[in-house]
Amino acid sequence: MVQHISVIDSSSILMAEAEVGKHFYWNIAGFLIHGQVLLVIWFVAVILLIFSFLGTSNIQQIPRGWQNFMECVLEFVTEIAKNQLGESFYKEYVSFIGTLFLFIFGCNWAGAIIPWKLIHLPEGELAAPTNDINTTVALALLTSFTYFYAGLSKKGLGYFKHYIAPIPLLLPLKILEDFTKPLSLSFRLFGNVLADEITVAVLTALVPLIIPLPIMLLGLFAGSVQALIFSTLAAAYIAEALE
Amino acid sequence: MDSIVSAASVIAAGLAIGLAAIGPGIGQGNAAGQAVEGIARQPEAENKIRGVLLLSLAFMEALTIYGLVVALVLLFANPFSN
Repeated sequence: MVQHISVIDSSSILMAEAEVGKHFYWNIAGFLIHGQVLLVIWFVAVILLIFSFLGTSNIQQIPRGWQNFMECVLEFVTEIAKNQLGESFYKEYVSFIGTLFLFIFGCNWAGAIIPWKLIHLPEGELAAPTNDINTTVALALLTSFTYFYAGLSKKGLGYFKHYIAPIPLLLPLKILEDFTKPLSLSFRLFGNVLADEITVAVLTALVPLIIPLPIMLLGLFAGSVQALIFSTLAAAYIAEALE
Repeated sequence: MDSIVSAASVIAAGLAIGLAAIGPGIGQGNAAGQAVEGIARQPEAENKIRGVLLLSLAFMEALTIYGLVVALVLLFANPFSN
């Protein structure tokens, strides 16, 4: 049974709350859905869509403004995929890796930069969607499916040969690896984002001014590094299935 | 929640995060030290070293984060509270 406690119960101090385990539930077709997470996810998706439309609406030979910026972003995510997957395979997976990177990056920064606490929900609070374990597990499972798909589509059923590849003795470890990969991916992202929010909330409750600022900046940095790591690892797992 | 259970959970949460921070602390110190040495030897390789260092630091950080997740579960989603 999940217990609902807020980290610091100081509703008098603005923006000093981090609520863990409290959710704004929507009941859709018999499923309880965390509404606050979906709202911010939609927000991030809309922002990313607007950026892409701005970048591609008026394409010119010599890029300027938004097009230039979005080309830089595309080059960056392509580089992540190319470094892990190599020249010959990266094209097929650059969309997946790039989407992972941009989505996680957008989620982390949206949670850190935008003052969501000004919007009051009946229950729960708006924050980075990645501070909910369901979001990160979904992303990690997508990664698992993708590397299975990559292996199966390249080698067919021969993909499963790698479970007994050097010696069959390692079979249990190889099977275990398929479970620990998504587990560590999801927990790493979830823990980092939540830890950062809790640290900021605790510091803001203790000293409301100036002191939490460096920690917030560290949070922005950690958010981007986590996005980079998640996408790099996803690319590395896919590369491992392909080789 | 039973008071014994809550006391034990709080202590366990503290131990979980504290003990989980020891190993990665040593590891990150080693890695950062070696990286500084590498940069001092070969300043032109700084960018490459920084990238690899950040990635490996994040891997070590993950170990502490697992401890943190255990602590968070004990505090906010305790399976032993009724």
